[in-house]
Amino acid sequence: MDIHDALEIVSKTDPGMVRSHNEDSVTYDADLGLVVLADGMGGYNAGEVASGIAVSVLSSEVRHRLQDAHPEDLDGAGEELGVVLLRDNVKKANLSIFRAAQSQPQYAGMGTTIVTALFYDDRVAVVHVGDSRMYRLRGDEFESVTRDHSLLQEQIDSGMISKEDARLSKNKNLVTRAVGIDADVDPELHVHEVQVGDIYLLCSDGLNDMVEDEDIGTTLQMLQNNLPLAATQLIQLANDNGGRDNVSVILVKVKGRYTAPRGWWQKLYSWFGN
Amino acid sequence: MPAKLILSMDGAVLKEYPLNKERTTIGRKPHNDIVIDNLAVSSDHAAIVTILNDSFLEDLDSTNGLAVNGTPTKKHFLQNNDVIEIGKYKLKYLNDQPTQTSAADFEKTMVLRAPVKMSPKEGFAKSPLDVTVTRKTEATAQFNATNSGMVAEASAGQPPAAVVQILNGPNAGKELELVKNLTTLGKPGVQVAVLARRPHGFFITHVEGGSFPTVNGSSIGEQPHQLRDHDLIELAGVKMEFYFKT
Repeated sequence: MDIHDALEIVSKTDPGMVRSHNEDSVTYDADLGLVVLADGMGGYNAGEVASGIAVSVLSSEVRHRLQDAHPEDLDGAGEELGVVLLRDNVKKANLSIFRAAQSQPQYAGMGTTIVTALFYDDRVAVVHVGDSRMYRLRGDEFESVTRDHSLLQEQIDSGMISKEDARLSKNKNLVTRAVGIDADVDPELHVHEVQVGDIYLLCSDGLNDMVEDEDIGTTLQMLQNNLPLAATQLIQLANDNGGRDNVSVILVKVKGRYTAPRGWWQKLYSWFGN
Repeated sequence: MPAKLILSMDGAVLKEYPLNKERTTIGRKPHNDIVIDNLAVSSDHAAIVTILNDSFLEDLDSTNGLAVNGTPTKKHFLQNNDVIEIGKYKLKYLNDQPTQTSAADFEKTMVLRAPVKMSPKEGFAKSPLDVTVTRKTEATAQFNATNSGMVAEASAGQPPAAVVQILNGPNAGKELELVKNLTTLGKPGVQVAVLARRPHGFFITHVEGGSFPTVNGSSIGEQPHQLRDHDLIELAGVKMEFYFKT
């Protein structure tokens, strides 16, 4: 199946109930199976600038490179292009934001978190930096696919604080990695197998700080046959609970397999098919 | 303001200690940060590790142990107003930093430039934190009276309890209590609607199916429709009445 037909993608972003402007940026490209969500930080409009740069670098660069190549192609080092594109372009976005911040005083110190994914060959490659998340609903199971780069997550990992106690912590919202803060960035990358029926949720912390994971999962499960409504409902839940931050969600539903053609005859066939 | 400990014995306050170090030690020996010269206290009795706004208490294998709020413990994540007991001495933990879930400036995400290295074996981080922060927004200042009023209203809990009663078919007379944030009605694949409970009322929205549900005989279309007391809902041939429980 063509990636465009195999995936259903919707996105929605909202400033929330308190903030006057939205520093989140989201985009997706259904023909590539690419989704990008960034949550900017910095004074005045610098947060929007940072997340905007991240999202536009990712989407335009990946689109450009995939015009005459496939994400499953291997590069010289034996790595898949899909993986390389996500990682390298997060680094590229990092450098653009960092340079803009250095050259324009009003942008000093701006940065952004990012979570971006590319669906190809019945898999999904996910890269994230900071505390923007990707979750997966598979059957009844709803779980986080990414692990935040945050002080709180590090405290949980080191056993200092239990998951249950984490909500008592006064150290929320401290990210240990961000895009655009330093000359270099360390994006975390994973590739996961995808099953037909899976629903992936990418979100900014404005959602998961306001709404318990369990409620997010229930909402997705109940409304999985109407993704636009599910997205609206999630944002509504965050806002009904106070909406203290910008809220963004991208939902991706896997409707069919999208195996990459193997062997020359299949490639030829798919070439004629287009 | 850093968190602090107030040392007292028999209700009399002896001294106040700010927790402004990453590691504050408590014991009988003079090299401790908090020295309690009493034979019931071990030479190195306990330590408190503070990471930004969170403090963790740890018993250093003391002879007589320690208790927090009356419960003996080895390790404890300190919360505002906790009372640590060591022998006859009490240390009250005060941290008036609001918990982020209730604070108005909740959403400020900041970047920690030097990731804190924490290895469970070595104990807690030794080096001081190099914290350079970038505020996620300056918009916090705009958290004005109007907005906070709105938020207070928005999170002011739930609307009155409501019920949907089925009026026809084999399940006629059955009542469905709307106790969850979302309740779906109808048959998957045929026609489904969702009832959302929101702070200011109940809303019905079309989810799937070829036709839209009707309320009091008129189609609700794609948009959410707020329900009033005794509204009549019809979907997939089933008639229902919505009403508030009094």
